Amino acid sequence: MEFLIDRLPLYLSGAGTTLLITLLGAVLAFALAMVVGVMGTLRNPVARAIATGYTETFRGVAALVLMYWMAFAIPQLVPYKIDALFAAVLALGLNVGAYGAEVVRAAINAVPKAQVEATIALSMSWWRRMRAVVLPQAWAQMLPTFGNLVIELMKATAIVSLIGVSDLTRVAQEQRASTGETVAAFTGALIAYFLIAQLLIVGMRLLERRANRRLGRPVATGFLALLRPPPATATGGGRR
Amino acid sequence: MTWDWEFTGRIIPDLLNGLAVTVQATVLGYTLALVLGLAVALVRRIPVIGTAVFAVMEFIRCTPLLVQLVFVFSLAPNTLSAFTIGVAVLGVHYAAYTAEVYRSGIEAVPAGQWEACRALSLPLHRTWGAVILPQAIRRVIPPLGNYLIAMFKDTPLLFAITVGELMYQASQIGGVYFRYLEAMTLVGLFFLLVSVPSAILIRQLERRYAAV
Repeated sequence: MEFLIDRLPLYLSGAGTTLLITLLGAVLAFALAMVVGVMGTLRNPVARAIATGYTETFRGVAALVLMYWMAFAIPQLVPYKIDALFAAVLALGLNVGAYGAEVVRAAINAVPKAQVEATIALSMSWWRRMRAVVLPQAWAQMLPTFGNLVIELMKATAIVSLIGVSDLTRVAQEQRASTGETVAAFTGALIAYFLIAQLLIVGMRLLERRANRRLGRPVATGFLALLRPPPATATGGGRR
Repeated sequence: MTWDWEFTGRIIPDLLNGLAVTVQATVLGYTLALVLGLAVALVRRIPVIGTAVFAVMEFIRCTPLLVQLVFVFSLAPNTLSAFTIGVAVLGVHYAAYTAEVYRSGIEAVPAGQWEACRALSLPLHRTWGAVILPQAIRRVIPPLGNYLIAMFKDTPLLFAITVGELMYQASQIGGVYFRYLEAMTLVGLFFLLVSVPSAILIRQLERRYAAV
């Protein structure tokens, strides 16, 4: 315990880096997921082909491989070295964005047909239909899976320690190497990761509540309900 | 520097060796995850022990696989090989996921099936073995398949604990020749070659087992 209290500033700065990469990666992944996911629902075959190509490629390759490729292979092709942190954010964002795009596409397709037909009957423009009718409903549907993806992204950030970014994992490994206290050093990092995950879960649940409330659906209230696991579905969490 | 085909040809055998280790680790780890996950899903139904097991699994699911690998690797005795440790940690980590999948499958079995078992006073092992599990597992084949692909893509992490899989071979080659381009690109292509066809396969499975 004392070991960890002494090193709290170090672990906190590591956790800060982990959170920063998670946030940047999540922003990139979200933007990609939204654009590519909507493209996947269009009738235009070119847009659909681009969407499929992107999701299949970046879902198929592990973020670690992608990150190494960017950090070590690209400098060999072009005379430019990508910063380690940037390579990590790019790799994680592209990878998770591909999963997210599938979620967005599925959620948009799951919006009842009658809703879309109603907007056509009201002669709404495509843009207005998406913004006012389809996306708010799809949003509530995609949020729970986005929650899982954010946790996966946060856990995947540990790979940046392998290319020298001082995140939580790196801090734990350095502390272990310099003190030999394996159990304390790693337990500290594991607990920090767990706490960050719980923080993200609560944040995502709050977003889910807001989305459902705006649609006029009943929502659970109280803080405890935020921590409870969501009801199971037979198709699993949709992680991959 | 540009792409060197001659060099590419020379490194392919090493990379294929790595791919073989990757596949072995995936198959063994996945088998462990399937068995352990089912055991966890069943144990979770016992009142107090189940809650404790759930808490442990939740912790495993909320922390990075890489940290778990390095942690166990540095604690484990020298007699265990890195490969064994890697497979064990992979298996346990993914068991935390497959357990939830099994659970959802078990809960999706209609209550009438349980009632019928009770009405026929089937013994417990027959209830589970002949009625509940066959229906539950059939339902969860597609999500379980997704985790197989997911695990395959997580095996590069094993290179952090010096298991000689694909990624390890590639970074060794990169380190020796100071050429990462060919090896890393090939690693990416190998992964695509395996995961894209398997994703298509899973989609077909989903269609076949959908709406049971």
